[in-house]
Amino acid sequence: MNEKLIKLLRQDSRTDPRELASMLGVPESEVTDRIAKLERDGVIRGYTVLIDEERLDRNAVTAQIELKVTPQAENGYDGIAERLCGFPEIAGVQLMSGNCDLLVTMRGSSFRDIAFFVSENLATIDGVMSTRTKIILRRYKEEGVVFGDDDDTDERGKL
Amino acid sequence: MNYDSLLSDKIKSLKPSGIRKFFDIAATMDDVISLSVGEPDFKTPWRVRRSAITSLEKGRTSYTSNSGTLALREAIATYTAKQIGVTYSPVDEILVTVGGSEAIDLAIRALVNLGDEVLIPEPCFVCYSPITEMAGGVPVPLVTREENGFKLTAENLKSKITDKTKALVLPFPNNPTGAVMTESDLLAIAEVLKGTNIAVISDEIYSELTYGGDKHVSIASLPNMRERVVVINGFSKAFAMTGWRLGYALAPKPILSQMLKLHQFAIMCAPTTSQLAAVTALTDCADDVARMVDEYDMRRRLCVQLLADMGLPCFTPGGAFYVFPNITKTGLTSEEFCVRLINEKKVAVVPGSAFGASGEGYVRISYAYSLKHIGEAMKRIAEFVNQ
Ligand SMILES: Cc1ncc(COP(=O)(O)O)c(C=O)c1O
Repeated sequence: MNEKLIKLLRQDSRTDPRELASMLGVPESEVTDRIAKLERDGVIRGYTVLIDEERLDRNAVTAQIELKVTPQAENGYDGIAERLCGFPEIAGVQLMSGNCDLLVTMRGSSFRDIAFFVSENLATIDGVMSTRTKIILRRYKEEGVVFGDDDDTDERGKL
Repeated sequence: MNYDSLLSDKIKSLKPSGIRKFFDIAATMDDVISLSVGEPDFKTPWRVRRSAITSLEKGRTSYTSNSGTLALREAIATYTAKQIGVTYSPVDEILVTVGGSEAIDLAIRALVNLGDEVLIPEPCFVCYSPITEMAGGVPVPLVTREENGFKLTAENLKSKITDKTKALVLPFPNNPTGAVMTESDLLAIAEVLKGTNIAVISDEIYSELTYGGDKHVSIASLPNMRERVVVINGFSKAFAMTGWRLGYALAPKPILSQMLKLHQFAIMCAPTTSQLAAVTALTDCADDVARMVDEYDMRRRLCVQLLADMGLPCFTPGGAFYVFPNITKTGLTSEEFCVRLINEKKVAVVPGSAFGASGEGYVRISYAYSLKHIGEAMKRIAEFVNQ
């Protein structure tokens, strides 16, 4: 049940609980109770908005910065990750498997902004050994939603 | 040329399909949101598409045997035994056709003599009656009612049987009403048919799309019924394969062998690429079907609730992918409702009257659309109804 509920919320977190309830075939109170519990348990961390950044501002830049770091004796990666989280400019911080250790996502108004931010604020952190910055050029799909032109691709009745 | 005397009287007397009319209007207008089409919004499962691609890469592009590839007929036999509990011989009781549509045409033409009556529960899909007329038969509507859950009742059937009755069409799960016949409903029908020489054309194209408790039951699975039943099924709805044009008929050999002759001369064989890929659909796509059914079910519940919220009474459908609300309280006919809705709110739905006279007072809304699309269209319908 939670799985289906979450799937529906992922598609549109603003769906009326009454409609969620009818789709799932349960009373509305069960839906609101489940959502409340998911929030309490920290499974649902918030409700945000899905923006096509490049459409919002053609010059805006979103970057993913891969950091290689030396884990610290007392708290591994957590210390550095927490420091990174403290920067309001940074939108996301994740510990990764593979080549890089921490992946930082950030938005800036220009490529320069980002480059300076990385060299001044990230590369200088103790334990950060290297940084590698990648710029998102175009978004095709995000959170299950296909971006691109809004034109209906439904050919039924038209072919 | 004098086309009027050139053309057959029968063909001239046929009315064109009332479903197409509405999406032809929709196609000429901008920004119309449609809830009118009767085909899945899902793409054919990727595995099936890949099988087709592989078959083309291998150059498998010849005709197949008239009745379809043996591999597909065997897969159909296995699938059918599992789904409805009836066994058919792949050798001479299964015929692969160009959609369920062709199978319906073959069955009616193989059975009907001049003046024979074919009983057709209504509202229903649009093809049975014109095909019966082309075959020289007489379509006899059996009106199903909302208060009976749009099911065919034994009394209704009994009252329409005459010594001319040749066949009964059994179109359940039903397009457009979404009605499903349970085993006990069918037992009552079987009781009426027992001892008669009436055939049943059981159009089970929506057999996989049932929701809630009542799974599809085939009348062919009831005692002593198999001998008189032609089961029609296909890939269009269950596997989202409308454009592949593939269906099949299952029937005892004496009936099927006659249908096969017609198919041989008029069609040769169903599309080869589609047949090769369809084996994958039957053997390898149960999860895809389950996922689609789950999604339709959510949309179905949502539609029923949104219609109730806007004050349009709506029978809760148990199958297919349509809701069939009663619109009489708006004071409009089905046709007026649909014309005004498309002009004023740019939403296309199909008038119930397109599915037989007894569909008057209803409209068919398809929920083979995304939740977002359904939500927006329903909002506009609510504005229309409440104004
Ligand atoms: C009840 C019913 N039978 C048969 C068909 C024909 O389907 P196909 O020829 O694509 O198999 C349809 C299609 O809409 C239908 O609704």
